[in-house]
Amino acid sequence: MSIAKPKISRPNLPRNSQGLTRRDYEGGMSTLCAGCGHDSITAAIVQACFELSLPPQSVAKLSGIGCSSKTTAYFVSGAHGFNSVHGRMPAIAAGASAANRTLHYIGVSGDGDSLSIGLGQLGHAIRRNVDMLYLLENNGVYGLTKGQFSASAELGSQSKKGEKNDHEPIDPVLLALSIGATFVARSFSGDKEQLVPLLKAGLMHRGFALIDILSPCVTFNDHEGSTKSYAYVREHLHTPVAADYIETRGEIKVDYGPGEAVTVDMHDGHQVVLKKLDHDYDPTDRARALGYVQEHIARGEHVTGLIYLGEGRRNFHERHQTPEQPLNSLPYEMLCPGSDRLGSIIKRYR
Amino acid sequence: MREVNRPVAGVNDFVVKFANVNGTGSASANGLIMKTVFRMGVPVVGKNFFPSNIQGLPTWYEIRVTGEGWSARSGRVDVMVAMNSETYVRDLKEVSPGGYLLHDSSWAHPVLLSREDVTVMGVPLSELCAENFEGARARILMKNIMYAGVMAALFELDLEVMRSLLTESYARKPALVDANMKAIQLGYDYAKANFQTPLPMRVEPLQRTAGHFVMDGNTAAALGCLYAGATVGAWYPITPSTSLMDAFKSFCMKHRVDPETGQRNFLIVQAEDELAAIGAVIGAAWNGARSFTPTSGPGISLMNEFIGLAYYAEIPTVLFDVQRVGPSTGMPTRTQQCDLLSCAYASHGDTRHVLLFPANPEEAFYLSVQAFDLAERLQTPVFVMLDLDIGMNDWMVPDLQWDDAYRPDRGKVLDAQTIQKIEKFHRYLDVDGDGIPWRTVPGTGEKGAYFTRGSGHNRFGGYTEDSVEYQEVVDRLVRKFKTAAGMVPKAIIKGSGAGAGIVSLGSCDGAVLEALAVLTRQGIKLDYLRVRGFPFGEEVEEFLASHEQLFVVEQNRDAQLKSLLTLETAVEKRKLHSILHYSGLPVTSSFIVEGINRAMSKGEAA
Repeated sequence: MSIAKPKISRPNLPRNSQGLTRRDYEGGMSTLCAGCGHDSITAAIVQACFELSLPPQSVAKLSGIGCSSKTTAYFVSGAHGFNSVHGRMPAIAAGASAANRTLHYIGVSGDGDSLSIGLGQLGHAIRRNVDMLYLLENNGVYGLTKGQFSASAELGSQSKKGEKNDHEPIDPVLLALSIGATFVARSFSGDKEQLVPLLKAGLMHRGFALIDILSPCVTFNDHEGSTKSYAYVREHLHTPVAADYIETRGEIKVDYGPGEAVTVDMHDGHQVVLKKLDHDYDPTDRARALGYVQEHIARGEHVTGLIYLGEGRRNFHERHQTPEQPLNSLPYEMLCPGSDRLGSIIKRYR
Repeated sequence: MREVNRPVAGVNDFVVKFANVNGTGSASANGLIMKTVFRMGVPVVGKNFFPSNIQGLPTWYEIRVTGEGWSARSGRVDVMVAMNSETYVRDLKEVSPGGYLLHDSSWAHPVLLSREDVTVMGVPLSELCAENFEGARARILMKNIMYAGVMAALFELDLEVMRSLLTESYARKPALVDANMKAIQLGYDYAKANFQTPLPMRVEPLQRTAGHFVMDGNTAAALGCLYAGATVGAWYPITPSTSLMDAFKSFCMKHRVDPETGQRNFLIVQAEDELAAIGAVIGAAWNGARSFTPTSGPGISLMNEFIGLAYYAEIPTVLFDVQRVGPSTGMPTRTQQCDLLSCAYASHGDTRHVLLFPANPEEAFYLSVQAFDLAERLQTPVFVMLDLDIGMNDWMVPDLQWDDAYRPDRGKVLDAQTIQKIEKFHRYLDVDGDGIPWRTVPGTGEKGAYFTRGSGHNRFGGYTEDSVEYQEVVDRLVRKFKTAAGMVPKAIIKGSGAGAGIVSLGSCDGAVLEALAVLTRQGIKLDYLRVRGFPFGEEVEEFLASHEQLFVVEQNRDAQLKSLLTLETAVEKRKLHSILHYSGLPVTSSFIVEGINRAMSKGEAA
């Protein structure tokens, strides 16, 4: 799980504004199965952090338990990581964020972790609008316990042993949309071009950014009859908008036709440019987004891309009116009222 | 339990108990009476026995006037104020022989006349209210405040003190002061005109409450959190711990809000459940903030998995367990010390935790501060074991002292500059031999980055499934626990030379101290050890070894302290005799006296 990856730095590798190469954002060697979708996601995270020039120490990686949760060890080794307990990473994230609002929190979870044991915590992290990027590496199956259906498995999807799933799935995108998430996206581990800009936008989003990433399990859920196999997912993707995360510092180059692009300003001064592939789609309209995703689910399609973006809601810290300076670094003198005031506090109880 | 060892009640030495219906405003009347006694300079104990309900169920409040300054219940009831017809029978039964019972005589209550050794006094409270006040709600509330006036006449309570207390409470609604005083005066005048006042048991002003104030332990613990510099609190509301976070928030709103910007130098997460609450505490502590959660037994049960993580990953965590009666939902508004074992060994696998046992609100304050220091020094969960009696009852507390030179002990944390200087950082390496490794806080530098996990890890912080590497870490945790034994607050030991002794903890203290005095009068000399921390220190071992007969007084059915002593010290089991009180009400001194008398007459444990 934490086999060190040899660091080979070639002098001609491109460097970001931190002076770091993409390799500097890598982590330990993955011990997941060869071809696992999760490893592609890890590579996309490395790419996104590199492109955003995040100082590695400004990142904190959080996860629960499961195959997906192992991956926090595989990227940004210069960041602190926390592999917590099953389904409870959102609580750790809320507390960590409470203590230090300046770090970039990347939470990695799976469909078992987020939609079964941790469904409540996911919902409440959304409700609090904790400032974090929350990745749900979704393969419809329990890998570490060898192939049971998860809560995201589609009705009728077949297990490797031939068993048919008898329950309707819980769709994290529908869930997040309906309980007020401010950034909701879906992607596919095999589509790095779509995933990297989504990760960047999610990292810069102020508030809770959920990206449900279909990530086939090559060992237990990549067969004929599975609705989360590479083949099935590839055939049933539907992307209404393409998203580009644009740093305003650079020149905006958009080769979209008139009326095709929607620009959304983010709090950090950056922008997300959304290219409409479906002219009827409006990713800033929650109710329509919800309807749209549902319609496509009924057709057996996975809607991907930036499905909803609303920058308006107050995030966790805004709600709690905390100062810009992280609570964990406030000097003790600011926190303790001192002996004189203790005297006056006590006086009220005489 | 009948008190047999004390003389009859008298001046500055009696118990008055109020039997009320909850939701009728009786708490303000009873609080007013208690506070009046306190302001008259006479030590006083207030105990609230209330239901888990909003309105309509029986509730009792017991006030003990104790010029001698005892802090526990005596076991007597000298005057019963029976305001709830539903509970007349049991309330009458509870009055000590020679005592009094006061009731609302607006209606006839033949049931109250069944005892010849109790003087029954009727005041037509409802009638007087109907004649003098408008509106149904006001009449109910005024009925209660009116008996405070009756009490003033019976016990010679100072009406001016009552008025000034009301003026302070209703600073924003001065009209209420007059209305309340009117009711008090009506009650007072009626009693004066119809009874022989004062009663033999009455209050005579003393000067024994100077340098004291009245506070419940949850508020005191919250004050400790404020002074300890805690910035993150996470909780799920649960009786009887709720008022701890309420108090913390209210203190923070007064003392932690920047007057210019309105920004709050604290963050309280009201979590979706106790699992999330402890998770947030662990996340915040991992990230370098002092954080805590107040809860009770059912919350501890839910938090178990995370507690194991904090133990194994070595994350400073402060938990307040305001214990209530179990098992299961139990009796949420009644007190016990029933979570000793479930906290000492919380979570699966080999785990042992640091526990602190404050005896009263004063210690709740000081030990709360110490809990944060210990948690960070030891990098482990620390449980402050309160109970409903300490947490929710009003206690007379000696003025708290604060040393402005105090600075939090953040423990072994490498700062950003130090990290740069060291060659390589290993999270779980015991470099100092005390079992405590160094840690880093996220955001302080790439060199300090490490991976926190609840899965098997080696001393360098790497994942492992290797037997030797695994054992090396868990064996170090044992060394750390031994280090903790020398750091937790020392046990309090009283007396010397007796062959037998009492061992107790927490809120039993007041009753034990009084029982010791009674026993001394009876010619029974006992030493006393009050444990204040777990793991037990050397002084506990020595006390146990040097006494041949030990009475372990605790408030649970299964003798949990005795179990802990047997498991964690070298004491011979045959020396330990349990005195167990688990009715849900705070233990009385007479219960302990009788328990010890009984055991000694049987020759038990000798």
